[in-house]
Amino acid sequence: MPSEDIVLKIVDLCLTRDEREILRGVTLSLERGKVHALLGLNGSGKSTLAYTLMGSAGYKPDSGEVWLDGEEITSLDIAERGKRGLTLAWQEPARFEGLTVSRYIGLGMSRPDIGRVREALDAVALNPALYLTRFVDDSLSGGERKRVELAAIYAMRPKVAILDEPDSGIDAMTLSDIGRLIHRLAEEGTTVLLISHRNEVVEIADLASLVCEGRVMATGDPTIVCDTYSRWCRPCELPQAVESEADYERL
Amino acid sequence: MSDFEAILKAYEKSGGNPEFLKSPKMASLVISGNKVLGVNRIPGLSVTAESLPDGVQVHLTIEPGTKVELPVHLCFGVIPAEGVQRILSDFEIGEGASVSFMAHCTFPNAVKVQHIMEGTIHVGKNATMRYDETHYHGETGGVVVLPKAQVVVDEGGRYYSGFNLSKGRVGKMEFDYVVDVAADGVAELVARAMGYGDDEIIVRETIRLNGKNARGLAKSRVAVREHAHSEVIGITEGNAPAARGHMDCVEIVRDEAVANAMPIVHVTNPQAQVTHEAAIGTVDKKELETLMSRGLDEEAAVDIIVRGMLGE
Repeated sequence: MPSEDIVLKIVDLCLTRDEREILRGVTLSLERGKVHALLGLNGSGKSTLAYTLMGSAGYKPDSGEVWLDGEEITSLDIAERGKRGLTLAWQEPARFEGLTVSRYIGLGMSRPDIGRVREALDAVALNPALYLTRFVDDSLSGGERKRVELAAIYAMRPKVAILDEPDSGIDAMTLSDIGRLIHRLAEEGTTVLLISHRNEVVEIADLASLVCEGRVMATGDPTIVCDTYSRWCRPCELPQAVESEADYERL
Repeated sequence: MSDFEAILKAYEKSGGNPEFLKSPKMASLVISGNKVLGVNRIPGLSVTAESLPDGVQVHLTIEPGTKVELPVHLCFGVIPAEGVQRILSDFEIGEGASVSFMAHCTFPNAVKVQHIMEGTIHVGKNATMRYDETHYHGETGGVVVLPKAQVVVDEGGRYYSGFNLSKGRVGKMEFDYVVDVAADGVAELVARAMGYGDDEIIVRETIRLNGKNARGLAKSRVAVREHAHSEVIGITEGNAPAARGHMDCVEIVRDEAVANAMPIVHVTNPQAQVTHEAAIGTVDKKELETLMSRGLDEEAAVDIIVRGMLGE
């Protein structure tokens, strides 16, 4: 594959936390405009990889490289990565007291455009008339907050969006709605790294990788990867990687 | 420039609309230093303001059953660099009445200014009073502000208070409100302040839920940086059956600033319940990283989080 088709390249990424090896040489390439799923059991290292790619505090890799669109970004901070078009939708999105949905979605856009904000809310099945002036705080349910997060990613038009379990906690939005949104993102040029441990979500993707014990074990057609996962993956006795939101907060 | 024009200009700087103070349809009161510059009354609302040797005495009454449709605008300030303003007030909100106040206190040139407010407020049976107060203290930090109030909310009455001091320096502020709430009454106190330099912010809010089914909420949002200091002391008492109270304090600390929170829960009735939550420290990591992942620099992200918390 020509290198210009690769938008995100991860080379032999290793991360140790609390004397535990969590990422053990992850190597992966994401093709421009495609949806690439990461499948694996809880604790396999998927979310840790997401935080490490994004440059979160406490997730500095021991070794390895991350390249975005031909530029090495391994040592850049989270804001610099964000500016270059890499972003992350957290599994449990943060809440912001006093920040309206409209402003929040607009923050990631290079030129805030209310039309695009409305379109983004429509794309996640939230009525703009009802939500634009709501606050991104505890007054939104977990499912609403999650949809606002997806809308913000859609409005931002990033080069690469890492979506950490976008299907978890979403009530009214069906899996097919999520699939449609992810494909709209891809059609508009965003490469999606889709993290999940559910086969039906991963099957939305163009390509899938199976993650186990901090390594990519297989990459290929999502149906085949899902089949391998269903047949062979069982929780093992190895120490759990950092997967929970509580662990993220602690770090 | 006349005193009135000067205070109008300062009022505008603190976020007020000077047209409101000129409108005959809106009740208003303008006090500059210890001088009463303007009073506008409307039917159902009576107000007297009398200059004392060391301050101003204000009596304000809303007749029972009166629904004041437009907010009552209050403008208090000191224009010179030095001075003392002392306002002694009593507000009487008659049974079944409803009224909202928009107060702006402005000290734009302050180098050595003291603003003392000592008030009593009586919210009658089934009456509703809202009081929103915004301060602007200039950029030197030379202001000492001492707002103090004793509030009594009668059966079924509702009292809402909002205090905002988030533009310019604080100087020193010591906010001290005590509210007694009777059966089925409601008291909600929200204080927001941001301090820097060597500002000092003390918020002391006491709510006594004395009647059956009384409700109380004390909410404070404070952000301090550089060498500023903040202290939030929330006291809520549950003294009657089915009384419910909650205290919610968030203080964001940066640089060398120091923040304290002391929630005190005092329950004397086994059927009452009072809860509290307090979060003090740096900006929430996930909030910060979420905004940074959208391409915002750390400073811009912190500013958005803090200003959102302060309701701006």
